[in-house]
Amino acid sequence: MSAAGLVGGRLRRPAPSATRWRRAGLGALGVLLVAVVWEAYKAIGPDNGVVIGGLTVLPRTTDLAMPHVWDMFARLGQPVNGTSNAAPVWQAVLEAAGFSLGVAGVGWLVGVAVGMGLALLMQRFRTAESAVLPWVVLSQTVPLIAIAPLVRRWGSQIQFGDFEWQNWMSVAVIASYLAFFPVAIGALRGLGAPDAIHTDLFRSYAVGWWVTLWRLRLPAAVPYLLPALRLAAANAVIGAVVAEVSIGLRGGIGRMIIEYAQSGSGDPAKTWAPILGAVLLGLVAAGFVALLGLLLGRFRRGEVPA
Amino acid sequence: MTINEAGTDTVPIDEIAAGSADFAISWVPKVLGSIEQGTNVTDVAQIFERSATTQISMKDKSITKAADLKGHTVGSWGFGNEWELFAGMQKAGVNLDDITLVQQQFDMNAFLAGDIDAAQAMTYNEYAQVLETMNPKTNKLYTPDDLNVINWNDEGTAMLQDAIWADADRLADDEDYQDTTVKFIKASIKGWMYARDNPQEAADIVTAAGSTLGTSHQLWMTNEVNKLIWPSTSGGIGMIDTKAWDQTVKIAKGTKNETGATIITDDPPKTAYSNEYVEKALSELKDDGEDVTGDGFTPIDVTLKEGGN
Repeated sequence: MSAAGLVGGRLRRPAPSATRWRRAGLGALGVLLVAVVWEAYKAIGPDNGVVIGGLTVLPRTTDLAMPHVWDMFARLGQPVNGTSNAAPVWQAVLEAAGFSLGVAGVGWLVGVAVGMGLALLMQRFRTAESAVLPWVVLSQTVPLIAIAPLVRRWGSQIQFGDFEWQNWMSVAVIASYLAFFPVAIGALRGLGAPDAIHTDLFRSYAVGWWVTLWRLRLPAAVPYLLPALRLAAANAVIGAVVAEVSIGLRGGIGRMIIEYAQSGSGDPAKTWAPILGAVLLGLVAAGFVALLGLLLGRFRRGEVPA
Repeated sequence: MTINEAGTDTVPIDEIAAGSADFAISWVPKVLGSIEQGTNVTDVAQIFERSATTQISMKDKSITKAADLKGHTVGSWGFGNEWELFAGMQKAGVNLDDITLVQQQFDMNAFLAGDIDAAQAMTYNEYAQVLETMNPKTNKLYTPDDLNVINWNDEGTAMLQDAIWADADRLADDEDYQDTTVKFIKASIKGWMYARDNPQEAADIVTAAGSTLGTSHQLWMTNEVNKLIWPSTSGGIGMIDTKAWDQTVKIAKGTKNETGATIITDDPPKTAYSNEYVEKALSELKDDGEDVTGDGFTPIDVTLKEGGN
């Protein structure tokens, strides 16, 4: 066993503050670079874009197609429309992004729970693996546009007692539908990751399945699980944003992208505001999983990409 | 009452069929296709009497009628929005091979950039979007003088658009549902009369209810939609005009799209529309002294601002 393996998580001490500042600085520089490239191309690129053999390979550079970066940010500070009590665009975008994040979060939690459940079932019973795994894989080949109206319609018929199905729940279900897949696959691989020598040791001590799971399989699964959770978070966000548009849920960032696109010709900078919001949403979701990774740092030995 | 907003993948009429909605709003040609496939619904009030679909182009292209589309790049949203265009072209002897058909986006950028010569535009929305945009040549907003408009009402290939649809099976034997239908139509019509008499207030109400469109754009929408309804020539708002219905059916049967398919192959059943409920609603409204034809209606003048704000 190598030295790095022995000290394990302790190698991942928090970086000294100088290094941390440098990394944050580099991150900010990366964002700035995108803006600089955008403006540079806008300045030197031809108005009609770069066309090779009748095929546009680089976009037009007019203000309509590529508004100035500062116009986009200026638009964020202006009210949504001309009514006297209209909120500024940045506030509307943040609210919409928060709403979508909530729905995606519920979808992620449900997806992770279902994915873990399926993985445990498949790990415990070999027959379950043969029976369920093909369905898990098959489930991801059904296009979203096919399941979205179905989920909404089935949901609207669910009602017991005071509980009534809400439209946002349909969106969360669709988000979880996309999120559970990487978790199921990643967790299944992870749970089977311990070396035979370790499982044999547990067996020789007559340790039961539950304890083996808790003490050996779950810790061993963490390096497989974290990338899967990250993928699940990305899938849940995409699922939520797309499903909003698909089934017509008001309030989230996906719907806002469509709504603002209607002003795309007269007010081009406005169109980009919800797109910035969607980027922010993705970053927050990724950041949340990274935080989770910090908490589980003790188990993150030799992480493998999913 | 709950308003279920549709999404890009939900079809309002299917919600009636699935039992998750009591009424639905949809265009007649789209529903005719659903009816032929077995959905049993009835048009109980034809709120929009006129069609709002047009094909607009810059003046210098000289496209003033359907026949002029020949040889041009023509935009359409598809998904059932193309039939009036195809019918108009067919009537003028322009084949689909004679034009380049382009899938159009939500915005008018492709049209403004010149990628589309003749773009589809609803009078109440996309047409206004163009008029809210700066013309880089003049540094002023585009004006109606910069544009040619092909109006399908004038070309004789207009189809009936937004109507209230009800479940035909329930209409047949459910008396409560019949009453609700009359009440619902009556309430809708009251709303449209209010919008006719108070366009500014109606636009403000929609904005307050969460529309993010610009305020001048919203007012433009109200005014243009009023023009589709008022004055009513069919005997009162919501009445289904047999001639217009027959024209819609005829076009739906006779117009082929790019795959050679038509919307329907046979006449729709008798239950496809009924004036029974809207007549009741109208007579109740007349008894209350309401003006249901709007004979004296004159649209207002709306000045669009940049970006519709």
